[in-house]
Amino acid sequence: MIPNEPTITPELVAEHGLKPEEYERILQLIGREPTITELGIFSAMWNEHCSYKSSKIHLRGLPTSGPHVIQGPGENAGVISIGEGLAVVFKMESHNHPSYIEPYQGAATGVGGILRDVFTMGARPIACLDALSFGDPKHPKTRHLVSGVVAGIGGYGNSFGVPTVGGSMRFHERYNGNNLVNAMAVGLAETDKIFYAAASGVGMPIVYLGSKTGRDGIHGASMASAEFGEDSESKRPTVQVGDPFSEKLLLEACLEIMARDCVIAIQDMGAAGLTCSAVEMGAKGDLGVVLDLDKVPTRETGMTAYEMMLSESQERMLMVLKPEKEKEAEDIFRKWGLDFAIVGQTTPDKRFIVRHGGQQMADLPIKELGDEAPVYDRPHTASPRLPVIDPASIDAPIPHGEALQKLLASPDLCSKRWVWEQYDHLILGNTVQRPGGDSAVVRVKEGPKGLALTTDVTPRYCEADPFEGGKQAVAEAWRNLSAVGAKPMALTDNLNFGNPERPEIMGQLVGCIQGIAAACKALEFPVVSGNVSLYNETNGRAILPTPTIGGVGLLDDFSKSASIAFKAGDELIVLLGETKGWIGQSLYLREICGREEGAPPPVDLMGERRTGDFVRDLIEENFVTAVHDLSDGGLLVALAEMALASGIGAKIYGPPAFLTEHGFWFGEDQARYVITIKPERFDDLAARARTAGVPVRRIGMTHGNAILLPGERPILLDALRERHEGWLPTYMAAAAN
Amino acid sequence: MKSAVITFPGSNRERDMARALKLVSGREPAMVWHGESELPTGTDLVVLPGGFSYGDYLRCGAIAAHAPIMTAVRNHARKGGLVMGVCNGFQILCEAELLPGILQRNAAMKFICRDVHLKIERSDTPFTRGYNAGQVIRVPVAHGEGSYFASEGTIGRLEAEGRVLFRYTDAEGKRDPNWNVNGALNSIAGVLNEKLNVLGLMPHPENHVESAVGCTDGRGLFAGLIAHFAQAA
Repeated sequence: MIPNEPTITPELVAEHGLKPEEYERILQLIGREPTITELGIFSAMWNEHCSYKSSKIHLRGLPTSGPHVIQGPGENAGVISIGEGLAVVFKMESHNHPSYIEPYQGAATGVGGILRDVFTMGARPIACLDALSFGDPKHPKTRHLVSGVVAGIGGYGNSFGVPTVGGSMRFHERYNGNNLVNAMAVGLAETDKIFYAAASGVGMPIVYLGSKTGRDGIHGASMASAEFGEDSESKRPTVQVGDPFSEKLLLEACLEIMARDCVIAIQDMGAAGLTCSAVEMGAKGDLGVVLDLDKVPTRETGMTAYEMMLSESQERMLMVLKPEKEKEAEDIFRKWGLDFAIVGQTTPDKRFIVRHGGQQMADLPIKELGDEAPVYDRPHTASPRLPVIDPASIDAPIPHGEALQKLLASPDLCSKRWVWEQYDHLILGNTVQRPGGDSAVVRVKEGPKGLALTTDVTPRYCEADPFEGGKQAVAEAWRNLSAVGAKPMALTDNLNFGNPERPEIMGQLVGCIQGIAAACKALEFPVVSGNVSLYNETNGRAILPTPTIGGVGLLDDFSKSASIAFKAGDELIVLLGETKGWIGQSLYLREICGREEGAPPPVDLMGERRTGDFVRDLIEENFVTAVHDLSDGGLLVALAEMALASGIGAKIYGPPAFLTEHGFWFGEDQARYVITIKPERFDDLAARARTAGVPVRRIGMTHGNAILLPGERPILLDALRERHEGWLPTYMAAAAN
Repeated sequence: MKSAVITFPGSNRERDMARALKLVSGREPAMVWHGESELPTGTDLVVLPGGFSYGDYLRCGAIAAHAPIMTAVRNHARKGGLVMGVCNGFQILCEAELLPGILQRNAAMKFICRDVHLKIERSDTPFTRGYNAGQVIRVPVAHGEGSYFASEGTIGRLEAEGRVLFRYTDAEGKRDPNWNVNGALNSIAGVLNEKLNVLGLMPHPENHVESAVGCTDGRGLFAGLIAHFAQAA
């Protein structure tokens, strides 16, 4: 007999984030009123965060396969082969809502969660990246959020012992009420030792591993599936608390039991904790699961079944164990000082049964909870098309050199050293290219292989044109990988949007996914994992659509990777790719002219591919001495970054007569790179570029310790560096206003 | 050189250290679990690696200082054996009172990971014979609590006895508050015990032993130790 207190009222159903029609469906499914525990379980499984109910039908359009893809979306993380029996396991996931409410713990547990996703699959984490979006620097909360989020990411990753090698950080007033924390983890495994979530075998023991269960984080996933109102601050108790020390022990213990072949299936307890992990393991394996909550290690007394099923206490795992290995596995966990308890078993009947205190608290159909949860095709309207802005219609308000200095000291383009110096980016001793370049490069084991890693998206483009913006996010990640000489292998996408129940927001989501799909197809760059975060809005105001792309590329020889720094004086600087002077949605237009307008630059995917393949070949042959992709801020910003990274200046030639000067210097046309070569190699380069169909143009020479623009005062690198590196520390040191 | 790397729960640079030792000496170090009570027979060098032993909860190094293996480490040091603690290992050696002083939170109150310049104050120790006195090397730091502090008397004695082995300086070896990365007293980055056989330092020479990854400035420390034991043998 299932006890049923309290009575389920429409208010209680609404509090659990379930719509009346969803509740109707529950009644039909089980043929009776659910218990409160069952209602909690449904709310945990059917919320947006866990079920992908608004995005699922659109995500199906993404290309997810390729010759090297071992595991696409649907598991804890994606897996690709990099040859010689090695696999890269990676995923990016958001922890947006908790990081706004409690920035340190929210960000820390975001990192902890994504690391668990990776080592659950049998991979040792080798790198993390974090893509962050914050509100207007002038907003009174922004400084507090930046400080807490950065410290939280560092606090977790540094202690766990994984290098945080890259990421990105932007500011925009549309993130004032909803900052974004998108954490990516990358791990290395052996291709024949990948572990999955699907349970197999009837009567197999289900084991609880890791830290004890407390009352923290109850309803975290439901919180992440609703927009914020005035009361968002009061949701602090729904944020979990991270313990990187336990996670490090959990990692070592898990890898040890996996190496001893004890594991049938394993799933980390992330969002919706015990509920989600148990249901997913059963549903994916077409098996039922019985849980006995009296066996669950708890750190508080008197926890109810409801609380245990919905707790999001961190650093926990659920595992289906080979019965004959029980003792061996338990000994390993005891050695690491971690909890180990058999809490249930697999059953043949596809029911999810929860017992507590001698009573049955839940008895539900497992498939409908898990992989057959409701799916919606929500109404969506396309964003209005914006006009293309003719650069000639804009008057340059200040000299170009001054504009360059202003741009490099603007919040989005300034150096993020203040951030990444708080992250241990060197631990494990494999960081070949540190943060600050186009992609981070890490050595694989003892080499010679290396991985290139990047996170990219340009939300203002996505807002102006979701389709082109989605394309651009993928293309820029692909370009950043190519710019260090890596072959782009696969990506993980972290789609952050507002409330999908609004057709215009849903339209952004659909448009961006279609753009991502188009670029993935054209660039043969499949999606192998991802995460969707919706309801990022406060009082009806949504964030900019932010589909963050985490790209992974492979270098056959990490020592050949190219970097952005100029290498010597008197080298020729060459621009590759076509420049039209696209000024709409450029940072020049926003920061210098104060206008955030127009259509974003279109991405010619075939041109992107031609140019990227060309650059990669040049790097492979050691033809080039430095490479930088062009993105935010355009050509002059890229040149200045190359100069600042090296301390070597540049003497720049004049722009072509057929373009406006500001369009040429600051336009954000896509599919472009700047390279340096020995001057005597230009004819050879030009001939090869002609064959490859890639436009080339000589831009200037590396020279001295200043940037010399035609007809303008020299910009000394030391002074420029001070402005470029000074903005963020100065901002963070200022008293909160 | 037979080395032993002690691993505590929460150690996380033990692999970096083992790899550097292997790379320079050609010999795998023994990895010794904190719960052991003895060091492998014939151990020449004991290394306490970086990390966050016991999560650095309570106080950095405080719990690890009482681990079972620490008795053996003390005995090794008492008999004149070499002991080196890096980062968290330095914190543990201070908590175990094998070295004087403590490591406080960085002056900027933030974790800092960056390359620093270290001046080698003397080369006539087993740890620094691979360098020249006054030489400046570039190695990374990665810590939140690395600001060396001790009483005025202790600092005076350390300086007078030549027990400050590494100091944060500029690229030319000059002391400069701007280059004192964590605000340590007298820019102290590494100190020796009285008998000069126990060293603690905050920076990570083990992360700068390959030109392909950073640079090779940290190699001298390991090469010097190998030369020391080769000569002793």
